[in-house]
Amino acid sequence: MSKECVGVIGSGSFGTAVANILSKNSKVLLYARNAETVEKIKSTRISNGQHLHENITVTNSLEEVAKKCNVIFPVVPSANFRDMMRQFAPFLHPYHVLIHGTKGLDLILPHEMPTDFKMDRSCIRTMSEVIREESVVVRVGCMAGPNLAKELALGHPAATVIASPFNEVINEGKRLLRSEKFQVYGNQDLKGVELCGVLKNIIAIASGIISGLGFGDNAKGLLISRGLVEMIYLGKALGGEISSFIGLAGIGDLVATASSQTSRNYTIGFKLAQGKSMDEAIAEMEETAEGVNTIKIIKQLADAQGIKPLITDTLYKILYEGMKPQDGLSYLMKYPGNIDIDFL
Amino acid sequence: MKPIGKDYVKKKYDQVVPGGIDEWPVVSLSNNRDAFIKEVTAESIKRIKKLTPKRSSLIEEIETTLFREKLRVKRNPWAVDPPDEADFLQSIKDRLLEISTNDDKEDIDETLEDILSEIIERYASEIAGNFKKSRYRMARSIVTFGFARLLNASRARGFWSIFSTRYSLQDKIHITGEVEELRTLAKKGTIIMVPTHFSNLDSILIGWVISALGLPAFIYGAGLNLFNIKIFAYFMESLGAYKVDRRKKNLLYLETLKSYSSLAIQKGCHSLFFPGGTRSRSGQIEKRLKLGLLSTAIEAQRVNYQKGKRDGLHKIFIVPVTLNYNFVLEAPSLIREYLRLKGQERYYVENDEYSTSYKISAFLLKFFTKGSDISVSIGRGLDVLGNYVDTDGNSYDKSGRQIDTQEYFTKDGKIISHDQQREDEYTRMLSDRIVEEFHRINKVFASHLVAFVAFEMLQKKFNKLDLYNFLRIPEEDQIIPYEEFKAVFQTVLRRVHEMYNKGEVSVSPYLTGDPDKIIAHGLANVGMYHAKRPLIKNKKGDIYTQDLNLLFYYHNRLVGYNLEKYV
Repeated sequence: MSKECVGVIGSGSFGTAVANILSKNSKVLLYARNAETVEKIKSTRISNGQHLHENITVTNSLEEVAKKCNVIFPVVPSANFRDMMRQFAPFLHPYHVLIHGTKGLDLILPHEMPTDFKMDRSCIRTMSEVIREESVVVRVGCMAGPNLAKELALGHPAATVIASPFNEVINEGKRLLRSEKFQVYGNQDLKGVELCGVLKNIIAIASGIISGLGFGDNAKGLLISRGLVEMIYLGKALGGEISSFIGLAGIGDLVATASSQTSRNYTIGFKLAQGKSMDEAIAEMEETAEGVNTIKIIKQLADAQGIKPLITDTLYKILYEGMKPQDGLSYLMKYPGNIDIDFL
Repeated sequence: MKPIGKDYVKKKYDQVVPGGIDEWPVVSLSNNRDAFIKEVTAESIKRIKKLTPKRSSLIEEIETTLFREKLRVKRNPWAVDPPDEADFLQSIKDRLLEISTNDDKEDIDETLEDILSEIIERYASEIAGNFKKSRYRMARSIVTFGFARLLNASRARGFWSIFSTRYSLQDKIHITGEVEELRTLAKKGTIIMVPTHFSNLDSILIGWVISALGLPAFIYGAGLNLFNIKIFAYFMESLGAYKVDRRKKNLLYLETLKSYSSLAIQKGCHSLFFPGGTRSRSGQIEKRLKLGLLSTAIEAQRVNYQKGKRDGLHKIFIVPVTLNYNFVLEAPSLIREYLRLKGQERYYVENDEYSTSYKISAFLLKFFTKGSDISVSIGRGLDVLGNYVDTDGNSYDKSGRQIDTQEYFTKDGKIISHDQQREDEYTRMLSDRIVEEFHRINKVFASHLVAFVAFEMLQKKFNKLDLYNFLRIPEEDQIIPYEEFKAVFQTVLRRVHEMYNKGEVSVSPYLTGDPDKIIAHGLANVGMYHAKRPLIKNKKGDIYTQDLNLLFYYHNRLVGYNLEKYV
């Protein structure tokens, strides 16, 4: 056990799980935004249903995290990420290393919308780009892979990818996270790995719908493989490398999320297929399903750029335009089949 | 209508270093030239050994170097090359042969060490500049006096005007931007100036700017081909140049070059890199920079910190500069080369196009008697990570919080570590920041804007054609009715002003007022002394081009601002 202290920002289910993994090797400082939550966690030693390891200290002060920790894992929903970074930035220094675990996108639209406004890649930020924009931290990485929070909490074997253009960030991530139950791989394609995590949530929702409609594994196999093709096309257009998508963060995470009932995005899809409305389904969730927002962003971007990602497009209609999941599925099935693989 | 005014200040600047020329780091460097070459050699050997940790890999690297060098001597010899080069290479070859038959490991290592240091020392002494303060003074006055005479003779009429002092170089070359900041920073730390590179004239031009601003001489890498001409070599060396041979692309040479630059910066010599590596063939502002020399800035900063040199004097400041021309003499050959290279990727020999003194003099004469005004925009100072610095040399983040640059080289804010991969990544980031600054300080001339608008309008009309077919459209299709042109021009101009107001680009003072006048000014100046004009009015008052390739070249200057959308 080293004396150093590692920070985790966000006490959601994934944040808590990450804190518990880190606590096996080091002291951990876990930040929760809400002062009441902090008090509650402190007295019960339970965060989001998970018992906290004794090496974890809980705090409500971002300043404390920045002061005590050199390596910090921000794990907060993409919708709050930029705000969190803005509050955090004044305490951060160029020596800090940030490895985030948020699988969502940030959308920036101009204050005054020009009439001929066309959305493009420059309106979209991955979380690492938000970190770079909002703070002086340059040594940034992300953590992605089949890491379902509930399974991690149970201590089941799993693995993750640490992606960063900096080898030292990858090495720090490996050193801090690795344990006998948790394997860690490295990848230099930060954008690509972030996009894997972001885009797979779309497919996870679709997978939930398929299960909710009562279909079996053939349908799932079809969805996962066609879904991967769509992820690769979108990911490449957004600046990722194809190779990352066939790795742990891409197909690894996709298979896990698309077949797991513990996944939030899957659950949303499942509820929709059972006839619940979007609002009802979201209201029943305890935590954010990033895929819902991602679908919206990708759909807008695709429209502006004149491309048509079939699955995302159909999901958008189901989520936001009241299309029945059953109709969405038959629309996809009727669509003339294309060449199986044409990107390698 | 706003009056067209000057945006530059004509003034005489005091010397930044009050002690005079003897206090300049570059002088002490050349006074101890031999010792410095030794230092460079030792440092280079250290680097190369680190890169080739095994004996076999070192032998392989030396063999590769030898092979390439022999090929170069045979295929592409230059006047400046030393006559004994072939013999030297042969002696290396003989000794390598000996090694291959030798079994004694110690013996081999000794021979290798010898070979390595001989090659490196040769490279280092070739690269090393030979700055002489007396020559510097003389060269400076020749440049200033000579050019001023030419200028006055050409601008005013009549014989006696040759003695006129009405015009000085500062009327010809407008220096704008963060001049005072640059002068202050030059006292506080070590400056690395990174200008855009469009013309062979840039080296001399920037040398003059540095001296006109009262700054000590900068060292800079100049193409070895320029040293083929004795008179040119004289001026370049006097102005602080060291030699860069683009034919030599072997590891040994490149590492020697990097050591030279890095050590000189560590010694506080202000340096100048053309980070694009070579003149922009397309006429575009450099998008991708050469990372080799740039990385030495980051390295030198880290080494200074490691040595505990924390005070301002050892901080390194990057200062981007753009050179803005209406007219680039080499434009026709540059764009031809660009199109040829892009059309079919193939190896081409680094040629020596300015091989005779005649060509050079003709070039200079034409430039100073005819060429239109040039503007030099000095950008804000950056630290080696691309953060803006204030006049005290302190770095600030985007929200104005002061930051300590040293912390980028540590993991905990305290212990400085050397991590090559980290520094390579920092170099890439710095390069992106410099490109960003280039676009911000780049000055839009009326001539660039007319070329941009005309080319985009034509290309839009023939959007089915690829670039190469488009460049071959018949002459009668290359005409744009004036009113149509003016309408689009005004839309784009509005956008440029919007960007200017947001600080995303800089504009020439000629770019305000009556659009007809702006267009007229642009047309009169764009590539004005080419035999075939890139853009001109016909008798009916419509706009046409005499050379579409050239129009493409001048248009390219404004690529990268997303202005196409407004055409």
